[in-house]
Amino acid sequence: MSIFVNKDTRVVVQGITGKEGQFHARQCIEYGTNVVGGVTPGKGGQKMDNVPVFNTVLQAVQGAGANCSLIFVPPAFAADAIMESADAGVDVIVAITEGIPVLDMMKVKNHLARTKARLIGPNCPGIITPGECKVGIMPAPIHKPGGPIGVVSRSGTLTYEVVHQLTLQGLGQTTCLGIGGDPINGTNFIDCLVAFEADPQTKGIVMVGEIGGNAEEDAALFIKEKVTKPVIGFVAGLTAPPGRRMGHAGAIISGSSGTAQGKIAAMKAAGIHVCEDLGSLGELCGKVFVHV
Amino acid sequence: MKIHEYQAKELFKKYDIPVPKGGVATDARQARSVAAGLPSLPAVVKAQIHAGGRGKGGGVKLARTLEEVETLAGQIIGMTLVTHQTGPEGRTVKKVLVEEGLDIAKELYFSIIPDRSTAKVVIMASEAGGMDIEEVAAKTPEKIVKVPVEPTLGIQGYHCREVAYRLPVPPAGIRPFLAMVRGLYQLFVDYDCSLLEINPLVVTAQDGIVALDAKINLDDNALFRHKDIQDFRDLDEEDPLEVEASKYNLNYIKMDGNVGNMVNGAGLAMATMDIIKQAGAHPANFLDVGGGASAEMVENGFRIILSDQNVKGIFINIFGGILRCDVLASGVVEAAKKVGIQVPVVVRMEGTNVEEGRRILKESGLDLIGAASLKDAAQKVAALVR
Repeated sequence: MSIFVNKDTRVVVQGITGKEGQFHARQCIEYGTNVVGGVTPGKGGQKMDNVPVFNTVLQAVQGAGANCSLIFVPPAFAADAIMESADAGVDVIVAITEGIPVLDMMKVKNHLARTKARLIGPNCPGIITPGECKVGIMPAPIHKPGGPIGVVSRSGTLTYEVVHQLTLQGLGQTTCLGIGGDPINGTNFIDCLVAFEADPQTKGIVMVGEIGGNAEEDAALFIKEKVTKPVIGFVAGLTAPPGRRMGHAGAIISGSSGTAQGKIAAMKAAGIHVCEDLGSLGELCGKVFVHV
Repeated sequence: MKIHEYQAKELFKKYDIPVPKGGVATDARQARSVAAGLPSLPAVVKAQIHAGGRGKGGGVKLARTLEEVETLAGQIIGMTLVTHQTGPEGRTVKKVLVEEGLDIAKELYFSIIPDRSTAKVVIMASEAGGMDIEEVAAKTPEKIVKVPVEPTLGIQGYHCREVAYRLPVPPAGIRPFLAMVRGLYQLFVDYDCSLLEINPLVVTAQDGIVALDAKINLDDNALFRHKDIQDFRDLDEEDPLEVEASKYNLNYIKMDGNVGNMVNGAGLAMATMDIIKQAGAHPANFLDVGGGASAEMVENGFRIILSDQNVKGIFINIFGGILRCDVLASGVVEAAKKVGIQVPVVVRMEGTNVEEGRRILKESGLDLIGAASLKDAAQKVAALVR
């Protein structure tokens, strides 16, 4: 089992004929992901390798049975692409794009609440259920299929570091997902925790956060009440200066809120095992997850 | 992106938001002639820097005569203004805003911010104007009126009335206030603001509503669609190294420490800074090189990091995945030679051909120390500064 994506997921890649779209669509196909179509307005009828290209997402849904979109569309047009997919009826939308204006994402979030789509991201590496389905840009080789650990993170390469250390410990992953570094995203920690708690194959969870916003604090409260599986937490940005945007649009300490110290305190108060030394995260996982 | 008070007021004028009459000056004589053009004295001379607390820091002065305007402007322009938001080194004032003084009956607080947890645009207002709003929020939160606006719906009459009647705005001021709220919301969404704050928003003795101060921050992600706002950028307010780095598309933030670092990915970059601190050193910067780890990018990164005299060592942490480590290592060696690096560099890479990459570093003849794991890298970084 897994969460949100599995071997039955049928992916349409929006922006498939662009440089990023082509490269990563091929990487996903190589991994075994079922990429059933691509969308580039104006290039409908063409093919990218063996993948049919459509003009619209609805055509890909109707013509190829797509139920998941992977978006490589530039920031100026990405919100439009997300909403198009949602209206076309896909179940999961993975938006890789970084740099979408905040007000655009606000509108997207409010609009998507009226549809059945789950948005993952934006500004994220995507989601992978190792051994079954990769919908994103993460390096496949570091992942180990079969679980039992679920990984959820606001970061990209930091997630890979965490997954790498888990795999070195012999701890495979059920599903790994990046929820993205933007202040407004489609799926938050709690959404993933609910799904991991309900997934019989996931026996332990690693949560990777960073400065900015309240997502980790909210998740900590939720974990205290509703999550029975062991959780390991890590927060990046103890040394981040206040008021500066640290790469990610959502990584900014405002006044006294959003600090790494605050998030770590909230996690500890909720019984989450906090890793304070990233180099030893793998060892901590080995210890905490020894019984799962 | 931040802009000056006078620039925010220019935007306010476009939306018919009342602001005091005034103008910008870059020297004392100009300040005097701006004041001479005002309907009456006294005038207020205000330092223009991208930081709050200017009044307390001595950057805002009342002038009763034209001579006083000129004297005060002469003192303020060129001064190093230190406020609780500038850091101890302060900021050099290059411009002042000279405005007519107002007959203030009441000071209100007003702001618009995007609420990331509810995905709504929130209008905030309070009778506690002229004060530190975080303090008001902590001590008397009931004094703050908050009205969320769903952005696909847009601002409606009832949102504006909600703010006006709950504040409450004095009856004679209600009509102009309602128009002002609508205009400010429109400005906020038209320009993709990340913050719009008026503290204080003044009710005058004549029942007018005037924005005495104006602070606007803009969403960096949206600047591509606001060419006019890009022209508002004031490079004097930014760190010169950061300005230089942005030319190379490097996401660089200068800090105070002694170990420079270069990482791919913002989260990993923040975690790398934390590792440096735990190893007993202090990060000299934040530097996210993003997806491309080419030799040219590494070279530019080295140059920027080494422009900081405090740097005694560098930690490169690249988690590639698909990236070929031998290619990256060659790039690092090439860049190090070109730049003429004099400080030791710890390099930790993950990706394909890791062993080959480490060999290239070792055989380069330069002080490039390969690290096997993050743990190993942290220990080597600690040794750098001992």
